[in-house]
Amino acid sequence: MYAQMVKSEATNDDPALLEAFQARVDANEKIEPKEWMPEGYRKTLIRQIGQHAHSEIVGQLPEGNWITRAPTLERKAILLAKVQDEAGHGLYLYCAAETLGISRDEMTEMLLSGRMKYSSIFNYPTLTWADIGAVGWLVDGAAIMNQVPLQRTSFGPYSRAMIRICKEESFHQRQGYDIMMKMAKGTPEQKEMAQDALNRFWYPSLMMFGPSDKDSVHSAQSMAWKIKINTNDELRQKFVDQTVPQAEYLGLTVPDPELKWNEEKGGHDFSEPDWSEFYDVLQGNGPCNRDRIEARQKAWEDGAWVRDAMVAHAEKRAAKRIATE
Amino acid sequence: MPSLPDIMTPDAEALAKAAGKGRRVTLPAGSPEHDLFTGLTRMGDNTLILGHRVSEWCGHAPVLEEDIALANVALDMIGQTQLWLGLAGTVEGHGRSADDLAFLRDAWHFRNLLLVERPNRDFGHTLMRQFLFDAWHQPMLKALEGSSDDRIGEIALKAGKEVAYHLERSADLVIRLGDGTEESHAKMKDALERLWPYAGEMFLADEVDVRLAHEGLMPDPAGIRPAWDETVAEILAEATLNRPDSDFAHKGGKQGRHTEDLGHLLTSMQWLQRAYPGATW
Amino acid sequence: MSSEWPLWEVFIRGQHGLNHRHVGSLHAPDAEMAMNNARDVYTRRNEGVSIWVVRSADITASSPSDKGPMFEPSNSKVYRHPTFYDIPDEVGHM
Repeated sequence: MYAQMVKSEATNDDPALLEAFQARVDANEKIEPKEWMPEGYRKTLIRQIGQHAHSEIVGQLPEGNWITRAPTLERKAILLAKVQDEAGHGLYLYCAAETLGISRDEMTEMLLSGRMKYSSIFNYPTLTWADIGAVGWLVDGAAIMNQVPLQRTSFGPYSRAMIRICKEESFHQRQGYDIMMKMAKGTPEQKEMAQDALNRFWYPSLMMFGPSDKDSVHSAQSMAWKIKINTNDELRQKFVDQTVPQAEYLGLTVPDPELKWNEEKGGHDFSEPDWSEFYDVLQGNGPCNRDRIEARQKAWEDGAWVRDAMVAHAEKRAAKRIATE
Repeated sequence: MPSLPDIMTPDAEALAKAAGKGRRVTLPAGSPEHDLFTGLTRMGDNTLILGHRVSEWCGHAPVLEEDIALANVALDMIGQTQLWLGLAGTVEGHGRSADDLAFLRDAWHFRNLLLVERPNRDFGHTLMRQFLFDAWHQPMLKALEGSSDDRIGEIALKAGKEVAYHLERSADLVIRLGDGTEESHAKMKDALERLWPYAGEMFLADEVDVRLAHEGLMPDPAGIRPAWDETVAEILAEATLNRPDSDFAHKGGKQGRHTEDLGHLLTSMQWLQRAYPGATW
Repeated sequence: MSSEWPLWEVFIRGQHGLNHRHVGSLHAPDAEMAMNNARDVYTRRNEGVSIWVVRSADITASSPSDKGPMFEPSNSKVYRHPTFYDIPDEVGHM
């Protein structure tokens, strides 16, 4: 998911306060920034929301890679509006994390120094225009699986950010599928590109949900706190069941020979992704890790003089205003 | 020994035809339709190329809020392009769509100002280019609202609302960066000096402009200058920047003679349409 | 490291003349830019006709521990709500 492998932080708080806090979460009350919360809850949320925000920002890059090459004016506008939305979503999420006592700049520094992560999926390249379709269809499709339930998360600012994000994202997956439909029903070369994109993005999309966490202590704690709503396996299953018929409609083949409907469980059986590849990507060895961080680093460094100048000018204006008052 | 085909082989003509819409013979130069087509592509190519340049920032701006704001400007300009080039295609009457005009003409058929194809360089340079253009674009659209062709007036009215905000924003940022830190001032001064020689082209009329102005279809570009001068003088003063002395102006963009940068821009922009002719996307 | 732009809270009045509503936050060096940024960030989908921006630091918020004393008393004043009163159907809509 956009927040993968988030370890919940240990908490050493007063048991009575903890119990009262848990009761509020269980009663579906929203926890607001200034209210008492376990230290572990705060830290886990900073890590999770921060990682989610970073994923939106780094996620601008693979799709942004095709803005200048979009094949029609309308596609260019749609893609630009979508990537712009990712920036907006990153912004909402950073703001939600900021209510927990960390600044956006601090989080940015942590991203750039590798102390905070972003989703593994954005370390894969977008090589053809069909990849833009596949990213919208599969990557946004997988993200939505997680984000829709997160609208009910216990932390108020996170929940409100997710509500806004889900509302805005509703067109993202559809535009991706729309590209795939055009490609799959287009020339033989376009169809080939579409299949190739599905082949390359299928397993990385499944990895987005993270390895199975049904026995994970961290996951259990996060679920009790309602900052994680479903297990990784539940979401992955749901994603596969939803996506397979969509691929069939396109006339494309999911690259998994083991894939078949299991009547008994009412879902598909499917192959696990290669988890060693997943850990490699998390370790920094994905195809694009270095490029992605370097691009963010460059934007951050090249922009420093702009950010500084704006502050300097604002101070001058304020001083002038005081002088005339 | 079989003789080699020469350039007069009939096949060459057939090939040219088969190559499709991109090479279609256009309207006779000097005809009223051709003049109007040219005027409309000048408007549409400006917004197309500048919108493209601004979109290159997406994901790379100095701060998230600016990333989002720049994308809004680019989106407005892409939308305006669809209107201007759409109308140009209609006026031409050969069935070319806005997309055909954007993606299937070569550089020498583009009619945009040289200013808008200049590369982004740094954020300050991008904003200075935007400001110099917006300060022209706004009064230009205002004048176009009164065009004798209602279709032009309608587009100008819609675009004018968007551009009024573009100008407000780019002017504000030029002031802030000009009168910010020493470093930002130096960068803005450099940007202004680099771009200044490309500003003059906005006000140079050729015979097409003269005929369009005579018909009341589009204004004489020289008439836009006083408004532009006034805005630029006011904003540069606030930005503590000096207007460069030389009024030397590079020109040719409006007639299809461009800088080397345009070809590279088109190479990316037109890639898919060129690589897969006839495909729909 | 340079100093970060301060945080602003954004309030927007929607299309239908309702009260301004808190929609989120953003960073900006001063009020004018906060206003422009709010327009660009929070009205991308035609959401608003009027914007307020306030520096987050300038907001005085009720303290969470006062939640009981501050809000519970009004719970008992049910007479402030129209449904408290039984009006016979014959009287018609009121």
